[in-house]
Amino acid sequence: MYIIIGGGGEVGYYLTKNLLTQGHEVLLLEKGSSRYQTLNDELGPAVVRGDACEARTMAEVGASRADVVIAVTGDDEDNLVICQMAKKRYKVGRTIARLNNPKHEEIFLKLGIDLTVSPTRAILSLVESDLPSSRFVPLMTLKNAGLEIVELRIPEKSPIVGKMLRDINLPRSCNLALIIRDKQFISPTAETQIYAHDDVFALVNREGEEELSRAFGTLD
Amino acid sequence: MKIVILGCGRVGSTLANMLDQAGHTVSVIDFSSEAFQRLSPDFGGETIPGNGVDEEVLIRAGIKEADAFAAVTNGDNRNIMASQIAKEIFKVKKVMCRIYDPIREETYRELGMETICPTKVGAQMFFDELIVLK
Repeated sequence: MYIIIGGGGEVGYYLTKNLLTQGHEVLLLEKGSSRYQTLNDELGPAVVRGDACEARTMAEVGASRADVVIAVTGDDEDNLVICQMAKKRYKVGRTIARLNNPKHEEIFLKLGIDLTVSPTRAILSLVESDLPSSRFVPLMTLKNAGLEIVELRIPEKSPIVGKMLRDINLPRSCNLALIIRDKQFISPTAETQIYAHDDVFALVNREGEEELSRAFGTLD
Repeated sequence: MKIVILGCGRVGSTLANMLDQAGHTVSVIDFSSEAFQRLSPDFGGETIPGNGVDEEVLIRAGIKEADAFAAVTNGDNRNIMASQIAKEIFKVKKVMCRIYDPIREETYRELGMETICPTKVGAQMFFDELIVLK
C-alpha cells in the first residue's frame, strides 16, 4: 500500500516507522524545516519537506495513487483540510484524521472523512470504564456496521444483579457479545445470570444504546 | 440581519464596523481579546473571545439564529473548517469564507463553498493596472 502521512510530530514519526517495517510504501510530509531535518536524518527519502494541505505538494508526492492518507498534525482544522483535499481532489480511497477535540467527530464524518481517531476520547473511555460508574462507556465505533462497542461494569447496587438475561428486556438491535467475570470469558446466553462487577461488552447501534441503558437500569 | 464574524483582524473588524453601522446585529469571535480593540468605539455588536471551530463558542456567538457567517481569520484551514461547521451543522443560510491559497480556494469553491480569494483578487487588480503600461 502507498500511504501518505501529514504531520511529522511524534505520532507521524512512529506511524511512519511502523508502517515501513510492515513493508508499505510510506511518505511523511512535514512542513517545519528543523523538524524535517531531524526526521530526514533517520527516515531519509521517506520524509519530504512540505505542507500536506497544499495541493501542489500532494500532487508532487503522487497523492492520486495513494491508498490511504493519514492526517496527524496537532491542529484539527489542518487535519480536516488534508483529508478533504485528499478525498475530493485526489480521490484517495481511505482518509484517517486525528482529532484533538472529540466534539469535532460529527463534522469530520459528515464531510466524508472515513475514520477519526481521538486520543482524548480513547483515554476518556479508559478512565470512565475503570470507574464504578453506572453508564455504558463507548469503546469503539464500527463505522461500516453502524455499531458501537460499549462496556459496562455492573455496579453492586444494580437492579439487574441476580437476574437472568432472558428476564432483562434487551433491545433487539443489541448484541451482548461478552461478559468477563473474575478474568473468565463468558459467552452470554439467555440463562446467563448477571453478577455484580461483571464486565459486560455489547454491540449496539445509536438508537439501541438508550434502550440498552434502560434495560440495565442505568438510564439517569 | 444577524451575522457572526469569525476573526477580528483588519478585515474582520472593518467588516464588523460596516455591518454594525448599517444597522445589522453583529457578533465577532476572536481568539485574542486584544483584537477587539480594532473595533470602533461605538460598535454596538457583541464580542466573543474564543476558538471559532469550537461549537460552544459559535453557539455563544449566536450562530443558531444567524442569517450569515463570515470566516476571515488569517488561517485558511480554520476558515474552511468553521465555514463547514456553520453550513453543515448549524445550517446557516449564507456562509462566506476567505481562503488565501488559490488552489485550496478553487477546490472548495468546486465543492460549493462561497469563497473569496484576496490573493487572486489583489493580483488581478495589480495586473489590470500594470498591463496597460507600455
